[in-house]
Amino acid sequence: MRIVFKTDYMQDIRPWKDGYQLSLYLLLLVAVVIAPWVLDDFYLGELTNVLIWAIAGLGLMVLTGHTGQASLGHAAFLAFGCYANIILIEAGVPFMLAFPLAGLITGLVGVIVAIPALRLHGVYLAIATLAMSILVDDIIVLTEPWTGGVGGKYAPAVNVFGIMIDRWSTPKEFYWLTLAVTVIVTLGYINLLRAPLGRSFIAVRDSEVSAQAMGIDVSRTKAISFGLSCAVTGLAGALMGLYATAFNNETFSVVISIQLLMMIVIGGLGSIHGAFFGAIVIGFLPQFLSISKEYVGAVFGGSTVAIPGLEFGIFGMILIAFILFEPMGIYGRWLKIRTWFELFPFYRKDMFKRQKSYLKTERLR
Amino acid sequence: MDNLQLLISGLANGCVYGLIALGFVLIYKATEAVNFAQGDFMMLGAFVTIGLTNTEYMGLPFWMALPLSMGLMALLGYLLDRFVIRRMFGESQTSVVILTIALGFVIRFFAGLIWGHEPQTLQNPLAGKELAFGGLVLGMEDVAVIVVTLLLTWGLYVFFSKTKLGLAMQGASQNQLAAYYMGIPVKRVQGLIWALAGVVACVAGILFAAKGSVDPNAGLMGIKAFAAAVIGGFGSLPGALAGGLIVGVIEPFASRYIAAGYSQIAPYALLLAVLIFRPHGLFSQVRVKKV
Repeated sequence: MRIVFKTDYMQDIRPWKDGYQLSLYLLLLVAVVIAPWVLDDFYLGELTNVLIWAIAGLGLMVLTGHTGQASLGHAAFLAFGCYANIILIEAGVPFMLAFPLAGLITGLVGVIVAIPALRLHGVYLAIATLAMSILVDDIIVLTEPWTGGVGGKYAPAVNVFGIMIDRWSTPKEFYWLTLAVTVIVTLGYINLLRAPLGRSFIAVRDSEVSAQAMGIDVSRTKAISFGLSCAVTGLAGALMGLYATAFNNETFSVVISIQLLMMIVIGGLGSIHGAFFGAIVIGFLPQFLSISKEYVGAVFGGSTVAIPGLEFGIFGMILIAFILFEPMGIYGRWLKIRTWFELFPFYRKDMFKRQKSYLKTERLR
Repeated sequence: MDNLQLLISGLANGCVYGLIALGFVLIYKATEAVNFAQGDFMMLGAFVTIGLTNTEYMGLPFWMALPLSMGLMALLGYLLDRFVIRRMFGESQTSVVILTIALGFVIRFFAGLIWGHEPQTLQNPLAGKELAFGGLVLGMEDVAVIVVTLLLTWGLYVFFSKTKLGLAMQGASQNQLAAYYMGIPVKRVQGLIWALAGVVACVAGILFAAKGSVDPNAGLMGIKAFAAAVIGGFGSLPGALAGGLIVGVIEPFASRYIAAGYSQIAPYALLLAVLIFRPHGLFSQVRVKKV
């Protein structure tokens, strides 16, 4: 059992709890940096995919996990970041400038969308963002001169500090690029959460009325959260475009939006770890399913039958199980297991019991 | 005359949207949650009826299959509430939203597994019959859809505003705890509401499958029904029907008079416009809470 003995106020604000925790994360960082030398190209590609999803998950986590606004339309911002990045590169802007610009532009678009959207509450916001996500498909087709419409666009190799990076010919370098973005975004996120802005996000999530009473400008905070969330999602979208190398109006469909939201729920809402855990599930579930299908086929002698929609069916069932039995997601389960070991034998079942809130309507008539 | 024909077919389509929207509103009115799987309920209702009546499946007589499939859907709605949704009692609305989306995926998967992914039509006695008024030719199905929808909406409206159970359902939604104190069996009332939503979805599905064909992805049409429910203001039953009719009528006119590519945007653009300018629908029921 490890006890953190606090002797300084800085210890509360520091991003890590103690030297032990810090060294664990540094070890993890070393492990992921040397991964390209250990893994073959296929698994490295999968790992890159997971990291990109994790960045997108972090983007949505700011909005849904920490500000409490469910968005079913984040694929629209993935698309925006992706197209903005490629269009800027094609216009001759170097990648190192185009990439952050793509994030910035997406963030600004997010703020513009947020201003009317944030007058909406809970379910209405979810529906409005869902409609936006559906519209994006049509909008990409309609703005064909810029986006290439149904024909789509191809991602060129990008120049990072003089090295040409391309997903297929230089998978290692592409992985490191993604990793660097992931680390920067994650550190920024950790920093945000200990700053006044991040705390006001959480206050808005937990109770808008109380947050307002504490002097927080609720609509401004929500708009900033939406903007930040979209900016990060835009970065993920730009990377996703480079990773997919070819994309068109159907790449960023509503299904991606929903998948993104489900991912952070499975991972654990309201935690940075959750975005990563969720991304791992999303990234490896298709592989896991195809491997287990082959296995089942081999054992029972049947040929490997393709069952359409299987992936989403299983995904839905996993999600339902999580919401019913572990609303805090994989991260919540991990916290419980860790606490059990740390407090052995004093762990009690109700330690993580959540307070129930009874429903009151917003409708007055 | 052409426009009138468009109007009628738009109204018939709108009725189906309106019925799905009714399902949303029912559940929203009574549990303050939004059932994102309502469109998939509709699809499932259609497939259950097809499974009972169509000759290649069980081949029961049409009028016997109807109450049977409605009963099955009611049972499904009730069991769903009993074993899944009820556990969410007291959790946040967002979790319920995500849960019902996941439920939609699962329903779509099983429907595809059982009935396949080919579009299918419900074999019904009204198929192919027509009604002629002067120069106007109406499909009997379209007329039946409109009549059934109007009757159902009226019935539900009376149920909610006049009967004891209907009022109890409204009370349970507005303040769960207070409803408990008043002696309303909140949990049982919620179970009944889900059963009722199942029946409404089944009716919508039957009408939809009789008018056209249905496949496991038909539930995605529920998104248009969202537009209907939102336009009508989420808490109002006649509003949901009106919203459904508006969306249904706009669609054929948009595809006729607006350039291709822009026309399919129309319902969603309308939805966003309503959300931006009248955030709580045309029949608003919400006021902002003051600190």
